[in-house]
Amino acid sequence: MPVPKKKAHVGKECVACGKCVKECPVRALSVYKGMYTLVGDPCIGCGKCAKTCPAGVIELIARKVEGATA
Amino acid sequence: MKKKWYEYLWIVSATYLALGFFNILFAWLGLICFMTPLIISIAKGSKSYCNTYCGRGQLFTLLGGKLGFSRKKTPPKFLRQTWFRYSFLTFFMTMFLLMIYNTFLVFAGATLTEAVTLLWVFNLPWQWTATSLAPPGVAQFAFGFYGVMLTSTVLGLITMILFKPNSWCVYCPMGTMTQGICKLKYRKEIVERT
Repeated sequence: MPVPKKKAHVGKECVACGKCVKECPVRALSVYKGMYTLVGDPCIGCGKCAKTCPAGVIELIARKVEGATA
Repeated sequence: MKKKWYEYLWIVSATYLALGFFNILFAWLGLICFMTPLIISIAKGSKSYCNTYCGRGQLFTLLGGKLGFSRKKTPPKFLRQTWFRYSFLTFFMTMFLLMIYNTFLVFAGATLTEAVTLLWVFNLPWQWTATSLAPPGVAQFAFGFYGVMLTSTVLGLITMILFKPNSWCVYCPMGTMTQGICKLKYRKEIVERT
C-alpha cells in the first residue's frame, strides 16, 4: 500500500478536547494525558480531523519519507 | 455499531436545563458537571470527561453537526490562545466566587433574589419555580448556579452557530482548568518535549 503523501499535524495550541479522535477513521489520533493530541503513523491524511477541530489547530503537512532528501 | 451509554449524555444536559424551569433546586445537580471533570483530571490525569462524557459538548455536536445549526467556520485565533483561555477562566471563576458570596449573604439573612443572571448582566425573573422546599440560602445558590450553567450554554450556542459546533470546548473554563491540571501533573514531560 502506498504511503500517504500527507499527514495531520497538531499545533501547540491544541485544547485536547478529543473531537478529532472521534472523527479519525483509522484511529491515528489520541489525547495524550489530557495535555495535547498525538498523531500516530496510521494517519492517512484524509483531513477529517482538521475539518472537525474546533480550535483550528490541525493542518495537513507533507509526510517525511525515510531516506528522502529535502 | 451499537452506541455506548455515554453517547446519550446530551439528553442529561438538555434535561438539566429543562428541569431548572420547573424547580430551580434541580440546579444543584449541575455540581456533578463541575466536580467530575476536576476529580478525573486530578485523580487520573486525563481529560476523559471532555473527551467522552461531556453532555454539553455532545449537545453542541448534535445541534451544530447533525442538525446543521452551525456555520462550521474556524473560530478566531484568539479564542484558542492561552492568554484568552486563562483570562476567561479567571473571569468565570471570579463571577462564580461572587455568586458564592451572594449565597453566603442570603444564608446570613439577606433577602433571596428569585432571578437567574444571564451573561453576568441580565437578571431574568424566575419567580415561578418552587423554592419553599429549601432554605433561602440553598435556593440562592441554585439560582446562581443555574445562571452560570445557562450563561455557558448560551455562549456555547452562540459560538456554535457562528463558528464550529464545538467552539465552546476551545475556551470552556472547565476544559482550560482540567488541561491545566494535567499539564501541572505531567509538567516534567512538557519540559522534555519542548
